[in-house]
Amino acid sequence: MRILVVEDDLEAQRYLVNGLKEAGHIVDDAADGEDGLTLALSRAYDVAIIDRMLPKMDGLRLVEDLREHGNTTPVLFLSALSEVDDRVKGLKAGGDDYLAKPYAFVELMARLDALMRRRQPSAVKTRLVVGDLELDLLTRTATRGDVIIDLQPREFRLLEYLMRHAGQVVTRTMLLESVWEYHFDPQTNVIDVHISRLRAKIDKGFDMPLLHTVRGAGYMIRARA
Amino acid sequence: MVRPARIGSWAVPLRTVAFRFVLVYVVVFALSSAAIVGFTYWNTKRALDAGTDQIIQAEITGLSEQYQRFGLAGLTDAVISRSGHGGQSLYLLTDSLKRPIAGNLDRWPDIKARDGDFIEFDYLFGSGAKQERRRARGRVFLLTGGFHLLAARDVHERYQSEQLFTTTLPWSVGLLLILGLVGGVLMSRNLLSRLDSINRTSLEIMAGDLSRRVPVSAAHDEYDTLATNLNSMLDRIAQLMNGLREVTDSVAHDLRSPLNRLRNRLEGISMRLDPETDEGMEIEAAVAETDGLIGTFNALLLIAEAEAGVAREAMTLVDLSSVVEGVAELYGPVAEEKSIALEVSVSEVVQIEANRTLISQALANLVDNAIKYTPPGGRIRIVLREDPRGVLLAVEDTGPGIPDADRKHVLERFVRLESSRNSPGTGLGLSLVAAVVRLHDAVLELSDNAPGLKATLIFPRGFRRASRTKG
Repeated sequence: MRILVVEDDLEAQRYLVNGLKEAGHIVDDAADGEDGLTLALSRAYDVAIIDRMLPKMDGLRLVEDLREHGNTTPVLFLSALSEVDDRVKGLKAGGDDYLAKPYAFVELMARLDALMRRRQPSAVKTRLVVGDLELDLLTRTATRGDVIIDLQPREFRLLEYLMRHAGQVVTRTMLLESVWEYHFDPQTNVIDVHISRLRAKIDKGFDMPLLHTVRGAGYMIRARA
Repeated sequence: MVRPARIGSWAVPLRTVAFRFVLVYVVVFALSSAAIVGFTYWNTKRALDAGTDQIIQAEITGLSEQYQRFGLAGLTDAVISRSGHGGQSLYLLTDSLKRPIAGNLDRWPDIKARDGDFIEFDYLFGSGAKQERRRARGRVFLLTGGFHLLAARDVHERYQSEQLFTTTLPWSVGLLLILGLVGGVLMSRNLLSRLDSINRTSLEIMAGDLSRRVPVSAAHDEYDTLATNLNSMLDRIAQLMNGLREVTDSVAHDLRSPLNRLRNRLEGISMRLDPETDEGMEIEAAVAETDGLIGTFNALLLIAEAEAGVAREAMTLVDLSSVVEGVAELYGPVAEEKSIALEVSVSEVVQIEANRTLISQALANLVDNAIKYTPPGGRIRIVLREDPRGVLLAVEDTGPGIPDADRKHVLERFVRLESSRNSPGTGLGLSLVAAVVRLHDAVLELSDNAPGLKATLIFPRGFRRASRTKG
């Protein structure tokens, strides 16, 4: 994957670029808004990571200009600004996701994966399958093997999100934002409790567990152990 | 919180200071005018009467001399001759039974009077159709031999003026009062309309539109001075708010960037280390500490923002019942795991103008807190209903509650109750709730749920923010 990083904090940039390269991506970087825009327009990127506050051209302006040029590269905003209405502004300007600094690298990677995956055109799916677990989006039913699994509406949405991102790490924050549409940090490990209930429903009594905890990052659903 | 007040209906300005002031002024003015006019009248009447009395006294002195010198016949002649002169002088000489002997009065007036008394009486003047009743003032004199002498003067002109005056004075005072009141109403309306424009502006500002200013007229009067002063005060407040916003933003930026680098570095090391070794565990603990630090920092920043009203811009119409259901659903399993029954009681769909994220977070903090302090087997209830005070959103638990003395204390930043020092959390949960409450012009009430704590957010009904421009 080819990733553009526009970040003026050089140390943070170096760390980000190294991390992404270690993860096997091709990375271009820029330290101000104007260079960032030039790069973004000159080349096709799978995703762009753009700091919200940049010298020469603000991150918001950069993305607005990019969108005006018809460029649809997925953009992840990084922001050290206060969060309350900054997220809304970022998404309004044409950003696809928003991550407040300081962030965990695993969180960033999980979000990048989700953004890049989203970009691949996929036919409208009516059925999601992971191993022998099937989710029918039309009849809103879940089955594993021959067993019908009874799910609450929210559990269904949680499982659907995990299965749409099968094989990818999904963080707690991503689940909270996508499944519950909350943009705050609940003090208790509420997500873990929801996951363990879901796990009890889909994995209990089956030989091969599908829902895995990724240490220090989040969760992943996949067929292979 | 004190609800903003507004000057009442135009139809009844009775309760306004301006009207009361005018009312008192008009009454005092009317009374003092009446007193001055009355005093002048009384003084004038006294002077006129004194003049009349002097003339009468002179007549009587003259006539009594006649009597002493020439006896009854001489007096009778004098009376007849003086009566013939016409004019204002009136005379009557009677015998002891008050039967007329001489004079230009027909009969003795029906007034009891002793010797030497001044009296006022009515008499008939002229004859036939032209006869009229007139007022006279005179003095009675008892002569030796039982004869009565009355010397008087016609004071009908003075009497008429007096009558006119006493009937007119109450009407004049009444008219003065009425005109004064009408003037007062008009004046207070005029004053109030100026005040009202100031009040309207301050209401709009309290509703969050800090860009509003009080209109200043071209008159350069004291209201304009007040308006100008208010406006410069508002400019200063806006400046401070912007300053605060900038400080918050730059503190956020300046602290988050190094925190970001710190976390990055620690994370980098931790990825290279085996998490099973001592070093690996130490670094992971350091990452966790950093996350705790970041959490506290973010919570503080959020409180600062909520208190500064920065988040007002993200206000939309929010269905509180869906917020309640969402949060209850999010925390349901956590409560269940602790064997706590989490119940929801929502009476209807209630919409208020709010920042959805902050309201949800505030409610989540309350529920989180309730779960933390409620022992297994307890019960938590989230109640949403409307009552005369506004929209009530309450979280009731059956935990240990908060002692009366500590309730106020609890809302202050960083304060945690002694007995809960060892529970996890930043201790900012309720402080954030309090800040969110202030942002929404709501009230946070902590009360006894007997047993347990009942935290109630009361949102003002019909809470609507005017469309605002960014300040």
